[in-house]
Amino acid sequence: MAKVMTSGGEALIKALADENVDIIFGYPGGAALHIYDAIYQQDRVQHILVRHEQAATHAADGFARATGKPGVCLVTSGPGATNAITGIATAYMDSIPLVVISGQVPNHLIGTDAFQETDMMGISRPIVKHSFLVQKPEEIPVIVKKAFHIATSGRPGPVVIDVPKNLTDPNEKFEYKFPSDLYLRSFALYDEAENSEVKKAVKLLTEAERPVIYAGGGAINSNAAAEIYEFGKLMGCPVTNTLMGLGVYPASDEQFVGMLGMHGTYEANMVMHEADLIMAIGARFDDRITNNPNKFGLQAKKIHIDSDPSSIDKIIDVDVAMTGNAKKVISQINKELKAMNFDNKKFDGWMKKAMQWRAEHGLNHNMLNKKNPGDIILPQQVIQSTYKATDGKAFVTSDVGQHQMFAAQYYHFNEPRKWINSGGLGTMGFGLPAAMGVKFAFPDETVACITGEGSIQMCIQELSTCGQYGLPIKIINLNNRALGMVKQWQDMQYGGRYSSISYEDSLPDFIKLAESYGHVGMKVEKLSELESAMEECFALKDKLVFLDVYVDPDEHVYPMLKAGGDMSEMFLSKTEKTFE
Amino acid sequence: MNHIALLMENQPGALSRVIGLFSQRGYNIDSLSVAPTQDETLSRLTMTIGEEGADINQILKQLYKLVDVVMVQNLSEADALTLELAIIKLNKAKTDVEGLLKNYEFEREILDEKDNFTVFKVLGDTQEIEKLLSELKKEEFLEVTRSGTLGMTKGNESLATNDQTKISYD
Repeated sequence: MAKVMTSGGEALIKALADENVDIIFGYPGGAALHIYDAIYQQDRVQHILVRHEQAATHAADGFARATGKPGVCLVTSGPGATNAITGIATAYMDSIPLVVISGQVPNHLIGTDAFQETDMMGISRPIVKHSFLVQKPEEIPVIVKKAFHIATSGRPGPVVIDVPKNLTDPNEKFEYKFPSDLYLRSFALYDEAENSEVKKAVKLLTEAERPVIYAGGGAINSNAAAEIYEFGKLMGCPVTNTLMGLGVYPASDEQFVGMLGMHGTYEANMVMHEADLIMAIGARFDDRITNNPNKFGLQAKKIHIDSDPSSIDKIIDVDVAMTGNAKKVISQINKELKAMNFDNKKFDGWMKKAMQWRAEHGLNHNMLNKKNPGDIILPQQVIQSTYKATDGKAFVTSDVGQHQMFAAQYYHFNEPRKWINSGGLGTMGFGLPAAMGVKFAFPDETVACITGEGSIQMCIQELSTCGQYGLPIKIINLNNRALGMVKQWQDMQYGGRYSSISYEDSLPDFIKLAESYGHVGMKVEKLSELESAMEECFALKDKLVFLDVYVDPDEHVYPMLKAGGDMSEMFLSKTEKTFE
Repeated sequence: MNHIALLMENQPGALSRVIGLFSQRGYNIDSLSVAPTQDETLSRLTMTIGEEGADINQILKQLYKLVDVVMVQNLSEADALTLELAIIKLNKAKTDVEGLLKNYEFEREILDEKDNFTVFKVLGDTQEIEKLLSELKKEEFLEVTRSGTLGMTKGNESLATNDQTKISYD
């Protein structure tokens, strides 16, 4: 075979193409110009120009969450790199595979406070799975290969490749070789669980009286939905998903008790509290789940499946730890349960108890009891209306705050990878750029961004990117004229002293704003007009629609766990709670 | 007191990743010693964490998770040899050096000496060295430098390096 000679910049883009990357999100600048010139001269990798580097990382992140493939972005040195940091941290906290390529000042200027120089390796270190500073242009293909392997294997995460400008010089060519194999010393990957551990887990599962399956984002990352569904059916017990796990078990299934945790359903939190066996799959006993860890699951034995051994026994000590790939480990367990013809009838009473809890204080409880809402729109009703207009089949991205919790509670996800939100870091501004990434991955699918007037303004410049590439995203803006979640906490814990949450007089006219970018803007203020507006919004297939919905500014998200309490201690509404 | 032994890739950035796990939690590293091994692509590191209540097991797992880290061991839980070197420069006029050292079983050697100062090395157990240093008064000291604790397990076991893992793509 003839030798292929490339520059470092060309090698970088060629290696991305050889990794089957067909789209990257980025923003050019001085240190990345050689790379951008290489992009211009090829057509295997499409570059999407965003309006801010944070949006590039979120778009790549949304792409990754929706497809399961790694997202890629390209930024320049200095401010390009620092702007990408929030997006990298977002992906890191939610274990999302990203490869972030940052230009760097030329080698001889590193450490001199050169123009647009930032120590990207240093500032990104605590929020990456790994990072590479390219030292020689010849090693670029191998580094790209390693970066993709590390980003996507085991517990996924972001990987940074920092590339000094001189190493991408178009005049310095070398032989391009894309590696077929990789050598990585001590990169432990866990696959199936030990048979003895599987046996122990099955024993606990079948001997339990009140088991619950608690599945999180790791179950989605390992594409374990089918296996978990089968497992759920074999067990016939309640199933709950974390905020990150929504969709991995179908919400419409009769065993599904909803999301658990801080704003989880009454029935899910009660099931967790009363269970005698908690089966955690790709979930990490996060503090938004357990509430006070010293009061968590005191009656329950615990089984924990996770691809990351450092997640096990970190917050909660478990009885059976299974380090492995959730999809494979659940298959192992299912095989055992089937082989023994396990009869799950004994859990019927427990399942009934869960349904009884739902009947008592299920999700519609607060809304339905509300006095005379009149024509005021409740935020929950906007989510229900979105669900109806999209037949429950849309990809839904969200920002962070009350609207995020309402979306998680009321848009009943039946498939994994449809619910795309920043769970761990809680990044406002995530929703719109993430929706762009999803739309590029699935141009024929409906993509809705559920947001609030606070969050949307953090990355609103991306309306321009949506215009450039013709992305007909539907932005559902739950406009309560205040930072709702902060306001809720100020109501509940700070005597209603509303410190820095209101900006009503200075809100933009979102309709005109959308129109100025060439999009469609619509405003709804009355409940009686909500449904028709929603239908119209989703009927405009080829247009980005900004649907600005004025919602009740005083609504709170419930249930809400009592700070420092156990999982049964919840506020159920402004006037009701489960504890003294 | 926990002594941790660790093998890692001998390359830029590896050490800062290791140290970051401690500084991130607000833990102080009491001593740290790092140098290449017989395989120059690997560095061996011994560190001492005195932090009360530090979750060492969690840290060991996090350390092992780092791509640059090849192997980790908690020497405090193993039957291990530990040793430290200190070089001490004292004000001879104000110190009875011989009187001071005669109570210790250190291996020691004078490295440099004039009328008013003496520089000597001691090789021994970390606690013994700390005891010696605590006996010295401020005016006696000119300077001290310590290697930090070095350690390895007894017996014929070693902090073995895995062969490189080959990952094939079909």
